Amino acid sequence: MLKILKYSFFDLSRSYWSYCYLLFFLITTTVLLYLSQDPFKVMVSLLNIVLILTPLIGIMLGTMYFYNSREFAELLLAQPIKRTSVFLGQYLGLSLSLTLSFLLGMGLPFLFFGVFGSDHTLDFLMLIAVGVLLTLVFTALAFVVASRFENKLKGFGLAILVWLSLAVLYDGLMLILMLVFESYPLEKAVLAAVLFNPIDLSRILIMLRLDISALLGFTGAVFNAFLGTTQGMLVAFLALLLWVTSPVFGFLHVIRGKDF
Amino acid sequence: MNRRLLIIWCLIIGCWVNTYADTLDIVAGGRFEKINAALAAADSGDVLRIFPGLYKEGTLIIDKSVTLLGIDYPRIDGEEQQEIIRIIADHVVVKGLQVQNVGTSYTEDRAGIKLDGVQNVQIVENRLINCFFGVYLKQSNDCRVVANQIIGKAEKEMSSGNAIHLWYCKRIEVRDNVAEHHRDGIYLEFVDDSQVTGNTSSFNLRYGLHFMFSNYDDYSHNVFQSNGAGVAVMFSRNIRMNNNVFQDNWGMASYGLLLKEIYDGEIKENHFIKNTIGIYGESANRLIIQDNDFQSNGWALKILGSCVDNTFTGNNFLTNTFDLTTNSNNDYNLYQGNYWSGYSGYDLNRDGYGDVPHRPIQMFSYVVGRVDVSIILLRSLFVDLLNFAEKVTPVFIPEGLMDTQPLMQPRP
Repeated sequence: MLKILKYSFFDLSRSYWSYCYLLFFLITTTVLLYLSQDPFKVMVSLLNIVLILTPLIGIMLGTMYFYNSREFAELLLAQPIKRTSVFLGQYLGLSLSLTLSFLLGMGLPFLFFGVFGSDHTLDFLMLIAVGVLLTLVFTALAFVVASRFENKLKGFGLAILVWLSLAVLYDGLMLILMLVFESYPLEKAVLAAVLFNPIDLSRILIMLRLDISALLGFTGAVFNAFLGTTQGMLVAFLALLLWVTSPVFGFLHVIRGKDF
Repeated sequence: MNRRLLIIWCLIIGCWVNTYADTLDIVAGGRFEKINAALAAADSGDVLRIFPGLYKEGTLIIDKSVTLLGIDYPRIDGEEQQEIIRIIADHVVVKGLQVQNVGTSYTEDRAGIKLDGVQNVQIVENRLINCFFGVYLKQSNDCRVVANQIIGKAEKEMSSGNAIHLWYCKRIEVRDNVAEHHRDGIYLEFVDDSQVTGNTSSFNLRYGLHFMFSNYDDYSHNVFQSNGAGVAVMFSRNIRMNNNVFQDNWGMASYGLLLKEIYDGEIKENHFIKNTIGIYGESANRLIIQDNDFQSNGWALKILGSCVDNTFTGNNFLTNTFDLTTNSNNDYNLYQGNYWSGYSGYDLNRDGYGDVPHRPIQMFSYVVGRVDVSIILLRSLFVDLLNFAEKVTPVFIPEGLMDTQPLMQPRP
C-alpha cells in the first residue's frame, strides 16, 4: 500500500493540478496578507476560501483522479495485491498531495508575513487544520461517488451535487426549518444538525474565534458553552475525523464488492 | 497709638481665625482621639484633620459646615453595618478618607458617604472600599464628586448598591472617579443640568452609567468597560454624550449604549469597541449620532422601528459582524455620509463619496432578528447568496434605508 501511495503521490506531484492548486493558495493568501492590515479581515476572506474551495477542489479532483487512474488500477489489480490497499494507497496519495499543496500555499505566506507568534497564531492554525480535514473528507467522498458510478458524467454530476448540498442546500434547509419551528427552543437541535455537516462544523469552529461579540447573544452563549470549551472542541474534531473515516470505509466497502 | 491699634487688629484677626478656621487634629494620643468628639467641639468653618488609624464610630453625622481632611487615608470603618458619613450641612468638604465596609441592607439605602438635602458640598479624592452604596446624593444641589475611588464587592444585583447614586439633584459635577464592582457604576434619577466627565466605570453588575428621568445633562470622556449590560439612558431629554469609550460589554442582553424613550440628544465622537450591540435604540427620537467609531461589534446599531428622526452621519463602521439591524419595514431615520467597511461601490468623480448608495442592513440580520438560533449560519455560503440576492432586489429590508453618500475612506 505504501508503495502505491508513493507512486500516486509522485504521479500527482508531476501533474498540473497540484501546482495550480498550490499557486492559487499561495497567491490569494499572499495578496490578502499583503493588502490588508487587519488580520480579522484576512481571516474572514480566507475562511470563505477554505470553506468553499477546499471541498469543491477535493471532490472534483478526487472524482477526476479516480476515473483517470482506472486503467492503472486495473493493471495493479492483475497483480497479487489486495484490492483495498490499491485504492487506499491511491486515496492517501491524492489527499497527501492536496494537503501538501494547501499547507504550502497557506503556510508559506503566513511564515513570511510573520503571522505565527502574533495574537492570531491559534486562529490561523485552526484554519489550516480545518482546511486539511475538509480536504480529507471531500476526497474520500469523491472516491465513494466515483467507485459507485461507472458513468463519468453521472459521477461528476453527483460529486457536484454532494458539494452543493453540503455547502449550500443544507444551510438553506436548516434555515427553513428554523423559520418553521421558530417558536420552539432549537439550540440543541441546531447543534446536533451542525455535527452532520463537515462544512458547517468547520465554519463554526473558526467563527467562534472570529465573531465572538455577535455570538454572545443568548444562542451564541449556548453554542459557545458547548463548542467553545476544550471538550466541545474535541467533540467537533472527533466528528470531523468521523467524517473522514466513514467515507473511507464506505468506498473500501464498495470496492470490495465491485466487479472490475 | 499705632501700637495699640496693632494689638487690637491682632486680637480681631486672632478672634476671626479662632472662630472661623480652627484646625482640630484627630490623632491617637492627641486632644481628640475620636472624630465624633472633634465634631462636637468644632464650629462651622473648622478643618478636622484626621490622622492615619482605624476609626469605628458608628454613623458620623456632619451637621456643621466643616472640612474633613484625611492625612494618608485614615480608615473609617462601618463594621459591615451602618452608614458611615451622613452630611446634612451645606459647604462641607470631605477629602482624603478611606471609607470602608458598609453592610448590605434590604430596607435602607446605606452609603459610604450620603449627602441629604445639602448644597455646595465637595467629596474629593476619597477611597470607598466595600460599601453597599458608595457616594449617595439625595435632593442636593451644586455639589462636586471628584476623583474618588469606589470599589465594591457586588455579587448579586438584588443585594448590591450603586457606586455613585444621584437622586433629585441639580448641577452636580461627577468627575474623574473610578467605579467598580457595584450594581450600577453611576446612577442618575431626576438629575438635571449635571456633568459626568472623565470617569471610569467597569466590572459593574448592571450598568456602567444609568440615566433615568434626567434632562440637560452632559457626559463626556468617560470609559465604560466590561459592565453587565453597558450604559442605559432612559426617559430623558437633551442629554449630550461625547467622547466616551464603550468597550467589551458582552453578554446575552448586553450593549454599549441603550437608548430608550430619549429625545433631542447628541452622541458624538464616541468609540464603541467589541460590544455585543453598540447602540440599541428603542423609541429614541431626534438624536444626532455623529463622528462615532463602531469597531468589531456584533451589531453596531440595533435601531427599532419606534426610533424616528435620528441623524447618523460621519460615523465609521469597521469590521462589525452586522452594521445595522431593525425590526420594521419602514425607517424614518437619516443615514448619510458614513463610512461602512462592507461598502463595495466606487467613486468615479473622486469627490470622496461612493456613487452607489449603500444598504447597511443585510437580509441575514433581518433573519437573525426573527429567529435567534439562525446566527449559527453566519458566514455560510447560503447566507452570502441570500444577502446578495436581497441587496440586488430588496424585499424584506426597508427599501429607503440606505446611505446615499457613503464615504470611501474612514474618517480619521
